[in-house]
Amino acid sequence: MLHAAALCAVLLLASLAARAEVALSGFLQQNMAFNTGETNPDGRHYKWLEERAQLKLDATGGAWRLLAKGDLAYDHLGREGQSELREGYVDYTAGNWDMRIGRQIITWGLGDLVFVNDVFPKDHEALFAGRPLEYLKRGVDAVKLGVYPQFASFELVAAPDFRASTIPDARRFHVFDPMPAVTNRETITPDQGEAGLRVYRDIAGYDAALYLYRGFQRTPSMRPDSITAPTRITYFYPRLSVYGASVSGRAGEGVLSLEGAYYDSREDRSGNDFAVPNSQSRLLAGYQIQPVEDISLAFQYYIEYMHDYDAYRVTLPAGFPVEKRWSHTVTARLTQLFLHQTLRLSAYASYNATNGDHFVNPELRYSFTDRIWGAVGANLFGGKPWGQFGQLARDDNVYLQVRYEF
Amino acid sequence: MKKALYVALLSVVALNFSGLAYALAPEEIMRMSQAAFLYPGKDFKARVVMKLINKDGKERVRELTMLRKNAGEPGGDQKYFMYFFQPADVKDMSFMIHKYPARDDDRWLFIPAFNMVKRIAAQDKRSSFVGSDFTYEDVSGRDIADDSHVIEREEKVGNRDCYVVKSTPKSTDADFGHKITWVDKVSLLPLKEEQYDRKGDPYKQFTADEVADVKGFPTVVKRTMKNLQTGHRTEVTFVKTDYDLGLEDSLFSERFLRQPPRKWVD
Repeated sequence: MLHAAALCAVLLLASLAARAEVALSGFLQQNMAFNTGETNPDGRHYKWLEERAQLKLDATGGAWRLLAKGDLAYDHLGREGQSELREGYVDYTAGNWDMRIGRQIITWGLGDLVFVNDVFPKDHEALFAGRPLEYLKRGVDAVKLGVYPQFASFELVAAPDFRASTIPDARRFHVFDPMPAVTNRETITPDQGEAGLRVYRDIAGYDAALYLYRGFQRTPSMRPDSITAPTRITYFYPRLSVYGASVSGRAGEGVLSLEGAYYDSREDRSGNDFAVPNSQSRLLAGYQIQPVEDISLAFQYYIEYMHDYDAYRVTLPAGFPVEKRWSHTVTARLTQLFLHQTLRLSAYASYNATNGDHFVNPELRYSFTDRIWGAVGANLFGGKPWGQFGQLARDDNVYLQVRYEF
Repeated sequence: MKKALYVALLSVVALNFSGLAYALAPEEIMRMSQAAFLYPGKDFKARVVMKLINKDGKERVRELTMLRKNAGEPGGDQKYFMYFFQPADVKDMSFMIHKYPARDDDRWLFIPAFNMVKRIAAQDKRSSFVGSDFTYEDVSGRDIADDSHVIEREEKVGNRDCYVVKSTPKSTDADFGHKITWVDKVSLLPLKEEQYDRKGDPYKQFTADEVADVKGFPTVVKRTMKNLQTGHRTEVTFVKTDYDLGLEDSLFSERFLRQPPRKWVD
């Protein structure tokens, strides 16, 4: 359906082609990440090793715009030839509304590698394997309608098909598995779509927004056919709704961000199903300052709260790791620019005070010319063996990215 | 204009009684110069080509479309919208500034790879604009009241008669100790500016290299800022310069930050 719509729009655009303004651009990239600690579960030394080319077509004619961004890559670690439509959409812009149809990247909320209202698909493997940060986001195949009456702006997103987040591959990362002996595994993806609404406006100099989402968890839950003698594991994406809000604006010398959301676990509202994440509240406070020229500092404090904790504790099978009711995380990011902003040092650190989970990502990036840049960085993980970052404690890596843009 | 006339009258009156005239006049010259340099028209558009040139002659190019709209009188609030064409790694990024002379700007950056608008902290107006030798204040103006101004002398730059005004920051947060500005008596544009560091050594030099008449507004269409201490310089050329296009207030919003209208960013 979506493809047919996109095709129609492309044909429509073609008729406008005589008047259209067309721009072609892209890049060639080399990207590698090698382990500094142990080898991968599959015995390899690299987390990532690929050459990649991206081609981007951007055509505008009147109120229409077509953008297509496609990647071709060769992976040296067994995946071999890869292709991906990163984004491919048609825009129509009218006076006080607009529409975008097709594969598009959407980011909601204010967090820096902390996601409260950003319910859209991600590629967590990309982040942990030292790929350029833009690959953290995956597109959704959706229709996005923007409506801009005087009193507020509205962004309605409707996706006919669910698109999951990409989680680290168990051949490359030492991901936690409570039942490693069970090899019979299947994944069920939702056959329904999802929808979201963002409403935003300025309130007394602050950017305020409300978010509503009805869809599914982006990362799968696992359900064994038996707790005591499992023979098969089913991965599934529990139903989820999210109701959230955010506000950001100047406070003192910097920018303050506040964001919160209620995660309504519609698959298991009572919290009695151990396989489904408990309903949850997420709260984030961030503060960003620029103490001196070309240096910025950003701090975040992030809380997760489980609403049906007692039910969770009662139904959690023996042997499964126990999470706390409250989870407190602090993050810090330093960004410093040198040499007329051609050299950038950044360092991100996240520490969960509840379970000791931590992640550190320093990076140095230099623009050799206006077309060629390179980056070197590291991903360092630690914490409990089942923690989000702790399970990756043996996956520390150093990465290199070089890109030629044209 | 009315205010200028009032001050001129006041100056004449003051001259008759005391030396007060100089206490008012230099500040007013700087105010009118800022109005001519950074506030002409109701709105403004230019394609800006910046060449960042190091002391060995190696060039980097930053190219953007800049849109500006005044909220009211010269010296008042302004809104800026910038859309980047070059270099490749910032292509299609857009940047919006709501500028308030008496307090810190509000700034938002749109990052197309994430389709994300990010509000960014900006307390230092003296920081470099996109890595160039120009600061945000050099691009969008420094509050006249932040400095005390004295007319040093009158002097020609080329064949243009100029006021030479010395401006000294009242507080110590500026990166310069004082600056000398040559203000064209007729167009009121700054034709040259020398900034000195706090030790009194020459620091940066601004020159208006070409002035053109655009819709009746004398406009500096070529300018250079040179760092005299590092030898690095930035040459800026305005192409497709225009005024009074009828830019709507709604253009300076998140909607158009995410989807800059082609009509304005060519």
